[in-house]
Amino acid sequence: MKQLTQLIILIGAMFFAGLSSAAEPIKIGAVAPKTGPLAGGAAITQWPNIQLWAHQINARGGLKMSDGSKRPVEIIEYDDRTNPAETIKAVQRLATKDKADFIVAPYGTGLNLASAPIFAKYGYPHIAVSAITDKTGELTKRYPSMFFTLGTTTAFASSVVDILKAMRDAGEINNRVAMVNVADAFGIELADSARPIFKAAGFELVFDKSYPLGTQDLSPIIKGAKAASPTSFVAWSYPPDTFALTELAKIENLDVKAFYTAVATCFPAYAGKFGASIEGNLGAGGVNPDAPELQDYYKSHKEVTGKDADYWAGPVTYASLQVLEQAIEGVGNTDRAAVTQYIKDNSFKTVMGDWKFNNQVIDQYWTVGQWQGGKFYGVGSTGKAGQKKAVIKKGW
Amino acid sequence: MRFSDYCSLTLVIGLFILAALLPLIPDSDYLMSLALPIAMYTVLATSWALFSGPTHYISLATGAFYGVGAYVVGTGIEFIPYPVLLLIAGFSGIVLAGLVGIATLRLSGVYFVIFTLGLAELIRQLVTWIQNNFTGSRGLYVLTDITENYIYWQLIALTALVFLVGWLIKRSRLGFALRIIGNDELVAGHCGINSAGCKVILFMVSGCFAAVVGAVMAPRFTYIEPSMAFSPELSFQVVIMALLGGVHRLWGPLVGVIPFTLLWEVIASSFPTQTVLLLGVSFLLIVYFIPDGVVGRLEDLVKSMRLARPGSNRG
Repeated sequence: MKQLTQLIILIGAMFFAGLSSAAEPIKIGAVAPKTGPLAGGAAITQWPNIQLWAHQINARGGLKMSDGSKRPVEIIEYDDRTNPAETIKAVQRLATKDKADFIVAPYGTGLNLASAPIFAKYGYPHIAVSAITDKTGELTKRYPSMFFTLGTTTAFASSVVDILKAMRDAGEINNRVAMVNVADAFGIELADSARPIFKAAGFELVFDKSYPLGTQDLSPIIKGAKAASPTSFVAWSYPPDTFALTELAKIENLDVKAFYTAVATCFPAYAGKFGASIEGNLGAGGVNPDAPELQDYYKSHKEVTGKDADYWAGPVTYASLQVLEQAIEGVGNTDRAAVTQYIKDNSFKTVMGDWKFNNQVIDQYWTVGQWQGGKFYGVGSTGKAGQKKAVIKKGW
Repeated sequence: MRFSDYCSLTLVIGLFILAALLPLIPDSDYLMSLALPIAMYTVLATSWALFSGPTHYISLATGAFYGVGAYVVGTGIEFIPYPVLLLIAGFSGIVLAGLVGIATLRLSGVYFVIFTLGLAELIRQLVTWIQNNFTGSRGLYVLTDITENYIYWQLIALTALVFLVGWLIKRSRLGFALRIIGNDELVAGHCGINSAGCKVILFMVSGCFAAVVGAVMAPRFTYIEPSMAFSPELSFQVVIMALLGGVHRLWGPLVGVIPFTLLWEVIASSFPTQTVLLLGVSFLLIVYFIPDGVVGRLEDLVKSMRLARPGSNRG
């Protein structure tokens, strides 16, 4: 009898132990701007996708571990105020004090690169999304747990040139291109790599100017570009100037057949602000919004976060979280070294299609998108399926 | 030197050795993430107070010098050995401070404050313009093998140096002249002190340290953006920390930097969504309750303790 009681107590204890370990959440750290210059972009691309991902995992009971139990995820958020020193501090805090099991990559090229040594030091897989650089080779060699998903600077520049080349060969535009760029890190890098590519393709840069970050009045830029009578307008721009340049081009009636603005052209707010007049506008990024997995994604994004997702880095951010999710479940525990190795060795089903990292880099990605019938379709990529053909813009 | 001087010297050296040993403690990573900004701001705030303490000129140019230092490393790291870059950065800081000082330090008070605030923005636009038109993407990436610990040790060494320089200046003719200038510039002029010259020299010392700190910190960020390197926030934080500590003692800024960094960390980690709001509130409270800085409070405390013990001070 005594033995039976002991056995019952033992089984009970095991049951409760099992329960408590099943309920113990996996801690996921997240550092991104909630204030500062990049807060606006992060509020569209980064935070809602983390929210959606955590919601969906917890709604299905959690991540499946190898012992059959399910562990929910708990998100620990920090604001880095768009300051790399704060990003470094917050990632370090997550790693050492909060003992986070995994950390979502920060937002922005500078903030990702600043925190990369910390991710590497503690062996966290660092699946960077909003980080576009030509140095992926050097960086992945230096940081063996760092992954890149969004593309390289040169690919973004050369894709735009390719699209214009195809239009010129079809006789839709001529050689005259007006190019402008925001004089800040990413804008300078893009303009710098675009210039020789345009030249090699036989284009003439009839207008090539830059403007400082945070310029309030861009009308001299648009007026100057207009006076040079180009048939294509390319702006390596940031969110505020993407909106300002588009608005001014509309007011000045900049009559070009191809109008390209870089970051934020893919934001739902862009279509919300300009309506049907942006039909045919080209921009950085793009997706194939007709793919069934993306249609599901857009629907649940709206339901869970109350906002529309963007047509580029937002879904890629979600896809990067899906990679983390599938890798943790594939390994069956929270061993970070094993999860990192799993990401290197396996392919993943994501909302952006099938992903397989090649030397820690996704090398099939969207580069140019175009607003066609109220959706931002990918028209340029490095080998993505479902690519549409770019069309010329027919006035504002 | 008197016996008590030797005691305090030993104490200071001991503290520096302890600070330098911090990274060697196992599991000190979280501590290190606080110690590194403390060391950085100690150098910046102390070197700021070297100039602004005695002269009462509020300089908001720290960000400009820091950014120049960071860009020197960013531009040269591929061709020039790192230690040489530190020297170049310090030299650039001296030259820049000299030029700015000669142009503005004859002006008094508020004109100087406004000019220094504009300086960081001016240099930032200049650097961006150069990058945009000549160097392209070069100067953006600082990929080195310099780890956090090395950056920390460099900052500790800089702290020691800034304290040494401050101590030497205070004991020199220059320090004496500066105290007179701070009390009454007109009197100083009548005594035959070249007040503009003295101020320029001190401004150059302060600018040199800020530029070297920028150069030391550059490898930590890997990717140098103008908006980050020339952040006006840095200039303001240095001023706030130095004033919180107190500027009329060499160790004053240090006792401002430590509580400020810890407070910042507590707020950032406990209230991640209201960080900026709560920081603003704590600024208000600090200014309201500790107007003379921590040093002032400590001195009051020491004074009242002496008074409370009758007979201890008077015969």
